[in-house]
Parts: sequence; structure tokens; C-alpha cells
Amino acid sequence: MEQATTPASPEQHSFIRKTNNIGERIIERGIRIIGGVAVVLIFLILLFVLREALPLLTGAFSQPKTAHGATTSSAAGDRTLKPEVYNPDVILSEQQAPEEFTPEVYNLDVSVPVTITANTTTTKEPDEGDHITLSNILGTIWQPVSTMPKFGIMPLVIGTAKTTFVAIFIGAPLGILAALYAAFFAPRRLREIMKPMVEILAGFPSVVIGFFCLLYVGSALQSLFGFQYRLNAFVGGIGLAIAVIPIVFTITEDALSAVPKSLLEASLAMGATQWESAYKVMLPAAFPGVFAAVLLGIGRAFGETMIALMATGNAAMVSASIGDPVRTFSATIGAEMGEVIWGSAHYSILFFLGVLLFVVSFTLNAVTELFIKERLAKKLQGG
Amino acid sequence: MSKKIAETKIEAKDLSVYYGAKQALHHISLSLLEREVTAFIGPSGCGKSTFLRSINRMNDLVPTARVTGNLSIDDVNIYDKSVDVVELRKRVGMVFQKSTPFPKSVYDNVAFGPRLNGITDRAELDRIVEESLINAALFNEVKDRLDASAMGLSGGQQQRLCIARAVAVNPSILLMDEPCSALDPISTAKVEELILELKKKYTIVIVTHNMQQAARVSEYTAFFYMGHLVEYDKTRKIFTNPSKKETEDYVTGRFG
Repeated sequence: MEQATTPASPEQHSFIRKTNNIGERIIERGIRIIGGVAVVLIFLILLFVLREALPLLTGAFSQPKTAHGATTSSAAGDRTLKPEVYNPDVILSEQQAPEEFTPEVYNLDVSVPVTITANTTTTKEPDEGDHITLSNILGTIWQPVSTMPKFGIMPLVIGTAKTTFVAIFIGAPLGILAALYAAFFAPRRLREIMKPMVEILAGFPSVVIGFFCLLYVGSALQSLFGFQYRLNAFVGGIGLAIAVIPIVFTITEDALSAVPKSLLEASLAMGATQWESAYKVMLPAAFPGVFAAVLLGIGRAFGETMIALMATGNAAMVSASIGDPVRTFSATIGAEMGEVIWGSAHYSILFFLGVLLFVVSFTLNAVTELFIKERLAKKLQGG
Repeated sequence: MSKKIAETKIEAKDLSVYYGAKQALHHISLSLLEREVTAFIGPSGCGKSTFLRSINRMNDLVPTARVTGNLSIDDVNIYDKSVDVVELRKRVGMVFQKSTPFPKSVYDNVAFGPRLNGITDRAELDRIVEESLINAALFNEVKDRLDASAMGLSGGQQQRLCIARAVAVNPSILLMDEPCSALDPISTAKVEELILELKKKYTIVIVTHNMQQAARVSEYTAFFYMGHLVEYDKTRKIFTNPSKKETEDYVTGRFG
């Protein structure tokens, strides 16, 4: 082999030299830059969300606003935080008044009034200030706008889990079965119509699905199951399932179609029926793709905002029943971010919810990726 | 030559197969004998695979395929309306050109057919799997990795696994569609040995592009050309003294 590559004269080697194609170089550069920009943008968004949630994570809000507060004051110099404070008069007169009747007064001047009002607050209820502690976050009451704001995310976690479970337990089987039907049973004409139709459904505006659930599904399910509340986790879950099915369907169908047809033939030649072949050979062979489809479906159900906002009833309550209204992470952000006070604890905790959403989505995607790689490697190389 | 009174196993009478408007097989009539190896030879697109696939009705999977004439196995016309295609395919095993192990363990691959037939008893399955693997001359190579993925086997092993999978349901006919075309010579030799062994139990029909292989393993050879059956005779006669000019040209490598 060494002998074969004896040096030839420079003229003979001229074809090896790179051609100086400027146009192609520009295109190459352009593509590289655009790719880089996309990555950087995503990274910046992440950074932004993290930065806004950071005061919460570093404990800036657990700073004592009163002299007797025991918590740290390390981040005091970093950033001048302006806690939201209600008008002390109102606090005194209408202790538990609904928020609509409690005008918020934003303290622009941090130094003096804060201390006073905070003092008022703490003297009334020493344990629960408007600051955020871990116990407050892990609490069971979500009341971010109130005299004594409570940022317990437990009801949101439970709400999100409930709707996501309902969505995936309804959406995944339906999506997978529909994909099996489309891939192995449907006549070709029907399949050619079915696939694009479902794919269009994947791009369907979620506000329309939410509206549909809000108006019709809620009433229908209430009269069917006798739910106490018209809008509840189950209705929201159905709405999310409508959004999840096309995703599960499309990816599963792609995965099934990617399995070599020779496997189907081999199975049929063994005397398996079409259903046995689809279920016992093709579906297991496409398993990594199907798994990815389900995980992506979970991701969609988890992150979907508009349907959750419209169809779940939006009450942050801790309850095990799927017939009770719920509020999800994304719906909370969607509903409250528009009216939150810039830089307040509430603001930060909404971003913190965003970070949680991101972490879960990221984990889902990472699991999908790793799991599929591993499964595929096992399958292809034998394990 | 013939060690027993050979009985007709598969009989085609005036069999024509169409794919859409194109006629792939023209009025084929031939009888294949029980427990013999019959080789189908001919250039690509001559209809030999089509004929093979009409024996277990795999052509049904092609939406535009249409069959006329008669094809009977044990004197039953398999294109009769009353025939259950699934049952037919359980009795007519098939091995494909490309080895098609399922992405499951070696054991599950072989147990696939028996399980379809409703066998769930583990001991019974164990017995069938072992026997089939022994029959396919694969047992010694995989006995320690029955639970490993079949995709990890070598190409030749995979093909023999497919044969084991096919014989696990105890078919009476084994169809082989160029079973060695993707294999190296050593694996090919093993599969050929296996074919000679299997013909004691099964009626085997093999499609091959390899003249030597046809000569080595088969007792009878059918030469197809352009959808017609040109000649069908004892293999020795086809290769030494064919009665048709086309056959001679093909087997001597002058065309095809």
C-alpha cells in the first residue's frame, strides 16, 4: 500500500488542490453562521430564563426585610430588589380581601417604606412574609397575588401531572393504533389521505382545540360522567390528547414505515396474520421510534399552554381526582406573566416554573435520545 | 437415480401471473416431486421468483397481482376460495434472499412460528427451538447465546436462523429465494449442506443465480426465460445435455 502512493510530479497532483470556488465557500459560511446563530439564540433564551429565575435560586428573595429575619443577606449588594408591597391601610382594614379590591402599590422608593410595611406584615404573621422560602415554594397553596403571597407549586405540579397523564394515556394508544392501522391495514388511498390530514391536525392552532374543549367537550363529559366542575383535569387532558395524537401518530407511523418491508414479508410467510405481523414483529422492531413518539407526546402535553389554559378550569388545587379543575405550569406562566410586577418574587417564580418546564423537556429529550441510541445499538449489533 | 417412487407435491397447471397489465408468468405447467430439491434458474426478471412466490401466495401482497390457472399442493388448489392463506403459509415455509431475522433474541426468532400456532409450554418450545436449530446446523454456534439478539449473528448464521425459524413450524415445503446470494462461500457451503440434509424431510424449491449451486444441490431444474418455462428436467440433463438451445446458452454462460 505504501508503494502505491509514490509521489508523483506536481503537475499530476494539480487535481488534488482545492478548487477556489468562492460561491460555494460563501454558501458554506452562510450555512455555518445561520446554524451558529440558531444555537446561540437557544442558548440565550435559556440564559435569559435562568437569569430571571436566578434571584429565587440564589435565595435573594429570602432576604429578611425586617430586622428580626433570620435568613441570609448575602445577595444584598448585587441587585436592588424591590419587593411588592400592598398599601398598609388596606392590609389593616381588609385582611383577606380579593385581589381585585386590593390596589397594589408599588414602592419605588425602596429604602424607608419597605421597612415599615414589611414590619407591619411580619408583626401580623411572622412565618409567612412575601419572601420566598423553600417551604413556601413546596407549599400546597398557589396564591401569588395576595397580601401574604403563597408560592406553593405543589398544586401546579399535581395539575400538570394529572393533565399530562390523562393526555398521554388517551393520546399514546390512540396515536399508536392509528399509526399501525395506517401503516399496515389501511388501503393505500386512505393512507395517502389519512397521513397528511393527521399531520395538519398537528399544526392545528391549539387555541381552537382549547375553545372546542371549553365549549363542547366540557359539557359533554360533564353530562357523561357527572363531574362536579365542567372544566377539569380530564377535559384538559382530552384537549391535550387531541394535540398529542398527531405527534404520536406521525412519528410512530414514520418509525413503522422505516422498518424493512422484508420483515413483514418474512412474518407473513411464517403464517402470521397481518395483525400478528404488525403487533409482534413490526411494532417491536419500531420500538425506539414509538418510544420517542410517546416521549415527545409527553413533552407536548406537558408544555402545551393554550389548551391547558382554556380547558382545565385553571384552579390551583391539590386533589387526586381527575374531575377537579387544575392549573398547569405552562398555563400559570401564560395567565400570570402578563400582569406580574417586573422583578418581583412572583415574576421570578414564574421564570422558575419556566426553568422547571425546560428541565423536564430537556430530560425527556435526553432520555429519548440516549434510550434510542442504546436500543438501536443493541438491536443492530446484538447485545 | 430415484430412490423411491416420487410423488407429485406441487403441481402447476396453466398458471399465469399478472402484475397489473404485465404478464409475469405465461401458462406454466410443471410438477414438483416430494422430498426432492428443485432448482429454478434463469436470468433476472424471468419469473422464477414469481413462480416461487405463487406457491405460498406471497404474490397476494402485491395489490395489482392476478393469478389464473391452477396451482395445487397435495392435489388441493391453493388458489381456491376456501383456502386459508395463513394456514397455507404455515405449511409452506420460505427463506428469503436477504436474511430477515426479527429484531428479537435467537430463541424468540425460532419460537415465533410455534408461538403463532399457540404453543406456550416452555419445555415444548425449548425442545422445538433446539431441534430446529440443530436441523439448521446452527445449534452449536448459538447455544450459549440463545437470549442474545439475532441481529448480532453473522450473515450466514442469520440465514441459517431464518431456515431454523422456517422449519420450526414443521412445514412440508420449503421455498428458498436465492438463499445464498448474500453469503460468503463458506456460509454458502454450509447452507448447501443443510439443503441436502433438509431434503430428507421437506420438499425444497430453490431459486438461484448460481449454476454450480443448482447443479450441486438439486435433483431437478427448471429453466425460466421471459416468463416462460423453457425446460424442466433432471438437473444432470439440464446441465449436460439440455434439449433446448436457450437452456444450453444460459447454463454455459453465453447469456443471462
